Amino acid sequence: MKIAVAIKQVPLRDSPLRLNSAGTWIDENNLSFEINEPDAYALEEALQLREKHGGEVIVISAGPARVSQTIREALAKGADRGIHVDVATLDTLRVASLLAAALKAEAPDLILTGLQSDDLGYGQTGVVLAELLGLPSSTIVMQVEIHPGKVRVKRELEDGWFQHIEMPLPAVLTIQSGLNKLRYATLMGIKKSKTKEIKVIGAADAPPASAVIERLYAPEKNKQGQIFDGDPKAAAAKLVEKLRFEARVL
Amino acid sequence: MSVLAIVEQRMAGEVLAAAQQFGSPVVAYSIDLPYTADAYAGAVEELVRKVNPTLVVFGHTYQTRDYAPKLATRFGRVLIGDVIAGKPPVFVRQMFQGKFNADVRLVGDGPHFVSIQAGAWRAEGSLQVETFSPSTTSHQVAEPPFRESARAVDLTAADIIVSVGRGIKEKENIPVVEALAQALGAELAASRPICDAGWLPMDRQVGSSGQTVSPKVYIAVGISGAIQHLVGMKGAKTVVAINKDPDAPIFEVAHYGIVGDLFEVVPALVEEIKKNK
Repeated sequence: MKIAVAIKQVPLRDSPLRLNSAGTWIDENNLSFEINEPDAYALEEALQLREKHGGEVIVISAGPARVSQTIREALAKGADRGIHVDVATLDTLRVASLLAAALKAEAPDLILTGLQSDDLGYGQTGVVLAELLGLPSSTIVMQVEIHPGKVRVKRELEDGWFQHIEMPLPAVLTIQSGLNKLRYATLMGIKKSKTKEIKVIGAADAPPASAVIERLYAPEKNKQGQIFDGDPKAAAAKLVEKLRFEARVL
Repeated sequence: MSVLAIVEQRMAGEVLAAAQQFGSPVVAYSIDLPYTADAYAGAVEELVRKVNPTLVVFGHTYQTRDYAPKLATRFGRVLIGDVIAGKPPVFVRQMFQGKFNADVRLVGDGPHFVSIQAGAWRAEGSLQVETFSPSTTSHQVAEPPFRESARAVDLTAADIIVSVGRGIKEKENIPVVEALAQALGAELAASRPICDAGWLPMDRQVGSSGQTVSPKVYIAVGISGAIQHLVGMKGAKTVVAINKDPDAPIFEVAHYGIVGDLFEVVPALVEEIKKNK
């Protein structure tokens, strides 16, 4: 089966983030980037499904030139080829439209992506992509079973509940982190990835944005909290005093 | 600005309250159909075309996340999901896992689509809720929801919870926080990544997909405080945060915090607690 995985490049986890001078987005200078964590689980699931059912795994990512590095890393983990939609927009509907246009020609049997991005965090690209391609979708997926012509998934609900949903293929699934164990790229994988194809496509027409980020800012600090810093021992002593006399649990 | 509220049992009062703040007239509907994404997208699409509102408001539930983006796409819109404040035309939502807030402005004519975060509005709305049960077709078949085996650990009964996050770095370091839990007579819990990695069992997870707890004291160790975690513990009477990043969102909900290296702070804390016993 042919599986496409839509991945996003986001700032390296725990990067110190600063705002740009316009206060509309982060300052991307001097930042390192990596694959969005839930997308890494989607890629892993695709690789495992290929091991079980045979076929091909294509990774696709929309973003500026730096994105090709993250695609290359996915190829090193074992994806067969890459598609880079070279575009700077962040708008969910526009990104999904560009991904849909590129994937239409590929006609994959299954499209996987992470349930949300660590930057914008809208958690919608997969569902919007499905709608644009006229495909069924399911979100926050914990388990994928392929049957002839259809897929059965275990979906996460709130408070420890789950549900199984079945739908015809092709379909789009958004994958929850933690449903499998991530592999590392092997030396051989890294070597092989250098000869694998990454097709670059320019931005095509996409619908206009229906919402814009007007301002990005640090949330107002909670003034009520008391912070103890400095020497760990002294801070611990102050905290224990609060636990004893205020919270009264000691 | 006319508003259509889509009401589920979950978050019903909050959605009605938000809808009433966002505009008027407000009409509210609950969808009476077995849930699939296909069926609900079709049903609510029909409802939106019938009611023709400027704004459609949802609770940001797992169900909304599953079908509302599909619905919004049919109207050429992006769902402004998980908003914590604001009113039309500007809503506030968190980005970068809670490190920043963003003011997001709606552009163009309605209908626009917004889902509100659980706990962000008081559940004080009240309004007649109509039922909508159209005939729709779905390519999807949903089986009844289920829980994995009964939970071995009931965190909801604990007075004190020590909860551990990514800051613990590796499984071999778990005893560091175990010692703290033991010194306090507390239950040990964790944020999602720790359970995903198998460092602690799933039934010790606190957060939107785990347990919702409200102990007397909740000590978050090395937990940055993504919203999915906060919704599971912000009912705690006293929240203590220990984190090396002074900008971590967990400090926003903490009553007491220590900014520092947990591998220094936690052992110091254990020693101090033992002294006070």
